[in-house]
Amino acid sequence: MTQTVSRPGAGAQQVPLPLDVEAIRADFPILTRTVRDGKRLVYLDSGATSQKPRQVLDAERWFYENINAAPHRGAHQLAEEATGAYEEARAKIGAFIGAPENEIVFTRNTTEAINLVAYALSNARTAKEPEFRTYAVGQGDEIVVTEMEHHADLVPWQQLCERTGATLRWLGLTDDGRLDLSDLTTVVNERTKLVAVTQQSNILGTINPLGEIVARAHEVGALVLVDGAQSVPHQPVDVTELGADFLVFSGHKMLGPTGVGVLWGRYEVLDKLPPFLTGGSMIEVVRMEGSTFMPPPQRFEAGVPMTAQVIGLGAAVEYLQALGMDRVEEHEKALTGYALEKLAEIPGVTVIGPPDTVARGGAISFTVEGIHPHDVGQVLDDSGIAVRVGHHCAWPVVRRYGVPATTRATFYVHTGYDDIDALADGIREAQRFFGVVPAVSSESGAS
Amino acid sequence: MYQEIILDHYKNPHGRGLRDPFDAEVHHVNPTCGDEVTLRVKLDGDTVADVSYEGMGCSISQASVSAMYDLVVGKPVTDALETGEHFMTLMQAKGDPSVAEKLEDELEDAVAFAGVSKYPARIKCALMSWMALKDASARALSAQPTAMTGGSTR
Repeated sequence: MTQTVSRPGAGAQQVPLPLDVEAIRADFPILTRTVRDGKRLVYLDSGATSQKPRQVLDAERWFYENINAAPHRGAHQLAEEATGAYEEARAKIGAFIGAPENEIVFTRNTTEAINLVAYALSNARTAKEPEFRTYAVGQGDEIVVTEMEHHADLVPWQQLCERTGATLRWLGLTDDGRLDLSDLTTVVNERTKLVAVTQQSNILGTINPLGEIVARAHEVGALVLVDGAQSVPHQPVDVTELGADFLVFSGHKMLGPTGVGVLWGRYEVLDKLPPFLTGGSMIEVVRMEGSTFMPPPQRFEAGVPMTAQVIGLGAAVEYLQALGMDRVEEHEKALTGYALEKLAEIPGVTVIGPPDTVARGGAISFTVEGIHPHDVGQVLDDSGIAVRVGHHCAWPVVRRYGVPATTRATFYVHTGYDDIDALADGIREAQRFFGVVPAVSSESGAS
Repeated sequence: MYQEIILDHYKNPHGRGLRDPFDAEVHHVNPTCGDEVTLRVKLDGDTVADVSYEGMGCSISQASVSAMYDLVVGKPVTDALETGEHFMTLMQAKGDPSVAEKLEDELEDAVAFAGVSKYPARIKCALMSWMALKDASARALSAQPTAMTGGSTR
């Protein structure tokens, strides 16, 4: 590749990267800008939101310039074309995760997709249609989450329990950043109605053993919702293999636009859920006395949808498919391995999460002894390096590991070894600035 | 942004630690980043007799509470809160040096935080302790309706 070989004596190995980083970077207009007085933008915050390639931006512009109309209403040519493009994108996005199009519901983002399910389960209690009461949650029922969930996959379930009188239970974490499944069979039991679990932790990077959890949940008749916000963008995900009942993810974390997320649900489950948001588009017949609703997915898409964003997400999916999700996963695995080695060379740096690339994605959270994560982030920012600092919307995780916050670097298709070298140099610079390491230490890590 | 004065306060904080007696204790957090401060106020009549605190957070948040301690202890509550308003003005200056110049006398060491106002994400870090002081002072005053008793212990 075009990357420079690491200096002799340095421990971190640069295996050839599966993706052509330079060619990919040329697709991302934002990567040509500079930050903080002319510095190259080193964007290591894709886990928060990804940058967008020109192909995605062009698709949105194409929609507005050529066929803009409200889909699923109106009989004019533009409305037909907009409906066609919207539904074509739905099929494309479904195929990306191995799902038929009628199981794909568009939401605003992952957060809204999870709220949709949580509210459907409480709305089920009072639904007048008996079949909509199938999955009703109430007193005596239990909802299971894990201690590593993003707030988006925790707070809606806390709230569901408060609305319905159900009990929230959770699986804890081990010291090395993995789920503690030793009490899986007691936590997930006959009272469990739903298990919500992330496929890839946004803060620890951990990839969870979903097979075991799904098997246990289905054994006791519980539904399983998988938070794929950090997995669908970074690894091949096939809902048939997953075996879960719901998968949720966000467009903006996978090269797509903001404002579009996806709820995938098994059709027979979706079909028995009452709506969350109601209004136009999702009705069958409306009378003053009451209304009936469309089958899925329309039942869950009230109002004029985010058509341009859906089409943009369709373009993002095409872009990722052209790269190949297997290669995207391999690419990030190589970067993760390199980054973990580079960070291990720096005295005082501690990674919070699995220490190697086994069952691990590219979210690397770390602390630097003697320097608060905000200050690490600030010094990195002054060098043009964008990372995330704080609790990463996973406050229970930082509390579990006894740190106030972490600094987090995340990677994507345009990330190269040069970005990780810049990160490592930036951390050493922060250590020099705050005087927490001896002056000679900048070279000592390699020995 | 990281002025020498800020780093000095961060490394050697003034007045740190929780002390008795006190009239009000508050706990403030910065939910976007998890910075925390527990702050106690002891009034003597309408004077701030002591501000004691424990906290964790970045250099900006921790240095800010230390600089605040120097500015408000021994002053009338109204003056302390006015100083807080000046600090707020400094944080809204978007790096304009003329604002810092005007407030130099009122803010002393705390004027070194002027650079923070250029970084919107960090302003809350610098303001957290002042918000906590405002909250604690209000509670301390309302806990002492006669305002001149002083010396209460609990």
